[in-house]
Amino acid sequence: MAVISQGEFRRRMNRRKLEGHIFHALCLLAILIALSMLGALLLNIASEGIMRVNWSFITSFPSRHPEQAGIQAALLGSIYVVTLAGALAFIFGVGAAIYLEEYAARNWFARIIQINISNLAGVPSIVYGILGLEIFVRYLALGKSVIAGGLTLALLALPIVIIASEEAIRAVPSSIREGGYALGATRWQAIWNLVLPQAFPGILTGVILAVSRAIGETAPLIVMGALTFVPFAPDSPLSRFTVLPIQIFNWVSRPQEGFHQAAAAGIIVLLVLLLSMNAVAVLLRNKFQNRLEG
Amino acid sequence: MVRPENTLNRVVAVAKSWFSISPKWNKYLPERIIKTVLFLCSIVSIFTTIGIVSVLIFEAALFFQEVSIFEFLTGTKWTPLFASKRFGILPLVTGTLLTSVGAMFVALPLGLLSAIYLSEYAPDRLRRILKPILEVLAGVPTVVYGYFALLFVTPILRSIADQVSFVEISVFNGLSASIVMGIMILPMVSSLSEDAMRSAPRSLREGAYALGSTKLEVSTRVVIPAALSGIVAAFILSMSRAIGETMIVTVAAGQNPNFTLNPFVPIETMTAYIVQVSLGDTPTGTLAFKTIFAVGLSLFVITLAMNLFSQFIVRRFREVYE
Repeated sequence: MAVISQGEFRRRMNRRKLEGHIFHALCLLAILIALSMLGALLLNIASEGIMRVNWSFITSFPSRHPEQAGIQAALLGSIYVVTLAGALAFIFGVGAAIYLEEYAARNWFARIIQINISNLAGVPSIVYGILGLEIFVRYLALGKSVIAGGLTLALLALPIVIIASEEAIRAVPSSIREGGYALGATRWQAIWNLVLPQAFPGILTGVILAVSRAIGETAPLIVMGALTFVPFAPDSPLSRFTVLPIQIFNWVSRPQEGFHQAAAAGIIVLLVLLLSMNAVAVLLRNKFQNRLEG
Repeated sequence: MVRPENTLNRVVAVAKSWFSISPKWNKYLPERIIKTVLFLCSIVSIFTTIGIVSVLIFEAALFFQEVSIFEFLTGTKWTPLFASKRFGILPLVTGTLLTSVGAMFVALPLGLLSAIYLSEYAPDRLRRILKPILEVLAGVPTVVYGYFALLFVTPILRSIADQVSFVEISVFNGLSASIVMGIMILPMVSSLSEDAMRSAPRSLREGAYALGSTKLEVSTRVVIPAALSGIVAAFILSMSRAIGETMIVTVAAGQNPNFTLNPFVPIETMTAYIVQVSLGDTPTGTLAFKTIFAVGLSLFVITLAMNLFSQFIVRRFREVYE
């Protein structure tokens, strides 16, 4: 092994330290670039759109005149479709997660379902739109309706809910179940009374995550056949509809400056909606956690 | 000879044995029903997959009865909506490749460096603030990024190009879509890579420090090699996400299926094409409409192959530490 003089060692050490500092700065720079992009995006949208956000914007229907255009139809459409999708994804997703975690034998069938779910989570959302168009709109003849849209988004949200709920259920220690069995509980009684309350905060987080993804989805609903110009509020599960992201897309695609401002205003409403949903999730989670611990 | 009442008795017996495994069957019957209902919930996902695969294959098969697969896979002209119809998917493939590879050029270095910062450098308190903010980027709806790409990034790029005056950038171009898509998938790259890096054991790092390594040397020569399988998997998964991304490219990259890798001109991706047909007035059942199933099938196969490949890499090459 080569021996180097103390001076040489110090010189090399200083160089290595300098390289380290440069690398540290580079890493910090990368994260700052990402954050400043987020900042630029939010500032740009706020400065373009905040003037247009007011009560008449929320309660008006779309219009050919950008300054009169509003989002009532799109907002209602989004709320209906996403509520339906969220409810369905919650019921089927949690049911599936309970079966997979608590009942299914660890055999080839369970493994296939597991692999299948993780692959479904990676399918591009637009493919779900094609599925919705063929199965719900055409085959089940639901038309390009609120129900068909809700079902399409429910399928899209399902893998997210299942994966999150499975993790939440898995995190419940088995001693809790065994305590229940020892007191004579059946399997379902143990799950319903002991496991689910413990897993609920985690499940809830997963559902909110899935719903916030569904509320921002544009492509699957366009492919499924949601409208882009809706001058009426959807009044029945079978009526045609549009959603907020599609309305925003429609305004962005137009050349007039005024519609771009309307798009920015629509984005503000969408982001506020997303943010408040996430805030509710955090609040609910904290509340349930406190109750369980307290 | 089987007499009808015998068959009936058998059915009743089977039903009885199915519903009552013990004398206390009124206690266990609800249990069985619940188990069956939950089982039905869990196979919804199987039916979803069967639905996707059979819809795509069935409809694409109808399309391939009229257009040869060879022309579809090797043609360089894509004009199904014009009078003279040509069905070569390659222009859509190059468009998709251009934007998704471009996005990775942004997301990979930035995401990896962010992950190293979060996993190795950031103090715990800072990390707990930075990580959720970074994840906000992943939660922003893609149509919002489309707005940002078309109305914020593109004008900046165009004014830069004007001053340099050595290229001209169109209003719709692959570059702006790539950059913004890179920002969108950056949190995915960084959080998956960070997970992989954090699962490298502490003792490895401490061993390297004990030998006199600097933090840079530990990060790049110990932690990254240990986490490499996870990082590669994150990279492939993010690329697959970029390929399937729709709204950014639809809004910002254009709807011109050019067979080119030039990032400054309008192009069209596979996903943007499907949206274009869905928004247009192409009647369902026509050959032009059936193209979306052939394109959708190609998209599905590509992304599925990449997802499976990334799972394979994680399983096959993961370094397991005791």
